[in-house]
Amino acid sequence: MSLDKDAVRAIANLARIEVRDEELEHLAGELSNILTFVEQLSEVNTDGVAPMTSVAAMTLPMRTDAVTDGGYVEAVLANAPEAAEGFFTVPKVVE
Amino acid sequence: MTNLIDLSLAEARDKLAKGEFTAVELTRAHIAQVEAKRDLNAFIVETPDLALAEAAASDARRQAGTIGAMDGLPIGIKDLFCTKGVQTTAASHILEGFKPQYESTVSAKLKAAGAISLGKLNLDEFAMGSSNKTSHFGAVENPWKKTSDPAAKLVPGGSSGGSAAAVAARMVMAATGTDTGGSIRQPAAFCGITGIKPTYGRCSRWGVVAFASSLDQAGPMARTVRDCAIMLGAMAGFDPKDSTSVNMAVPDFERALTGDIRGLKVGIPKEYRPVGLSDEVAKVWDQGIEWLKAAGATPVEISLPHTKYALATYYIIAPAECSSNLARYDGLRFGLRVPGKNLDEMYRKTRAAGFGAEVRRRILIGTYVLSAGYYDAYYAKAQKVRRLIAEDFRKAFETVDVIVTPTAPTPAFGLDETTDDPVTMWLNDVFTIPTSMAGLPGLSLPAGLSADGLPLGLQLIGRPFDEETVFKVAGVMESAANFTAKPQGL
Repeated sequence: MSLDKDAVRAIANLARIEVRDEELEHLAGELSNILTFVEQLSEVNTDGVAPMTSVAAMTLPMRTDAVTDGGYVEAVLANAPEAAEGFFTVPKVVE
Repeated sequence: MTNLIDLSLAEARDKLAKGEFTAVELTRAHIAQVEAKRDLNAFIVETPDLALAEAAASDARRQAGTIGAMDGLPIGIKDLFCTKGVQTTAASHILEGFKPQYESTVSAKLKAAGAISLGKLNLDEFAMGSSNKTSHFGAVENPWKKTSDPAAKLVPGGSSGGSAAAVAARMVMAATGTDTGGSIRQPAAFCGITGIKPTYGRCSRWGVVAFASSLDQAGPMARTVRDCAIMLGAMAGFDPKDSTSVNMAVPDFERALTGDIRGLKVGIPKEYRPVGLSDEVAKVWDQGIEWLKAAGATPVEISLPHTKYALATYYIIAPAECSSNLARYDGLRFGLRVPGKNLDEMYRKTRAAGFGAEVRRRILIGTYVLSAGYYDAYYAKAQKVRRLIAEDFRKAFETVDVIVTPTAPTPAFGLDETTDDPVTMWLNDVFTIPTSMAGLPGLSLPAGLSADGLPLGLQLIGRPFDEETVFKVAGVMESAANFTAKPQGL
């Protein structure tokens, strides 16, 4: 699979990472090389093989759906780049 | 007086118990070495004042007779573990200045065992790399030098490069590492120390900055097998806060070091001898097999037929998981924020400025392989091949008790030798990634020196949750190897 500049621009948009136009060509080359490398997997016969989602042979444990902790507004906001009145702040999202 | 920085954890523990020196004296000696070896760039944050206060508290506990398994022993913490009130960056600009309000389970357990942290150790950004060159805080230098070119700076390996360099340079007695595709084992091999990635689920991942959640696992790095056994015992255990941590008792790993491996079957995978494997690495591997044979174990050739696909599988699964894990760095709740005229632009600018080239590359690949229309062809396919790789090991362990392989295809390479081609760079992890894909315990220990005077490591792989057999065999191999070489100037 070979990616062109437009494809890289679209992927970067999905990942919400700004990429400068002059970087697109180089990145397209790098990403295409990686995809070519991983495409060797197509030669492996995986008919009837179930995807492996976890290495541990265990079912996820359940717990009671109850509040067990909380009330740390200050700690939660302590690392916020911007906070006000007990909330994170964001740029205006409604015009 | 004993040279305090040359002691093993076990020796220091026993000497502290006998009152030969105090935790404060031991800590001071290591702080002095941290300062003396600062040019290696192994630490991102040094915390000498906190360490001395903790050491004094440890000495007081000893007086009171209430000590833990690692009381008074100075260690380092990879800067991927959240430490309350102490900057935690994952070596990324996007987390620069982040001070966690909580402590990771593993570092909290080590603290509870009495271990003293000297600070936070450098790594590849978000643990993505095999050279420690992707750190926002600069590359780490390996304390070892080539005899042919002592001026050349070498990489310590990665991603736990700061941990490996600090342990090798006697700045700390041991350190935490994390391993996703080889990030404990490969730097341990490059720096001539011992490190184990335990079975997935053995140590809690809570409070460890996530890279690829189905693979990430914490483990100890130290200078002896016994020290790794002691430290893993203090790190491991069930944690309800990590749903993948396994609820089973933690054995006394140190007691597994019986020295008796008679009758054990040792698997030698024929696929780990690829064309182009260096003669030196092949030689040390053959030597390792001979040592185990001499101790009464039986080598058995095994086949792990899907080995050659492990790297490609890893480089779909790990970036996919990384792209979703790293979606949380949005400039809103913690870390870097670069303003934009709307929310979307703020995300884009923040993430462009915050992530380095390797991290960005992996996020983009991960985003692509998970995107609509490509998911089945890449991600689902990789998950199926992953099962085949794990099955290879399961079948092999029906006939053998442990597997021995080289840890890395080469010794440490030069800081300026690394290539721009990511695929070539990734080949460093070709022997460690299959173990990670299968979630098995893997230990690397130094087994010899290259002709150029650099350490070479061997890897021992065990059944799930059978770290005890791995430690037992490693202990025998360590005695046979009698690896006493030290980095120059130590």
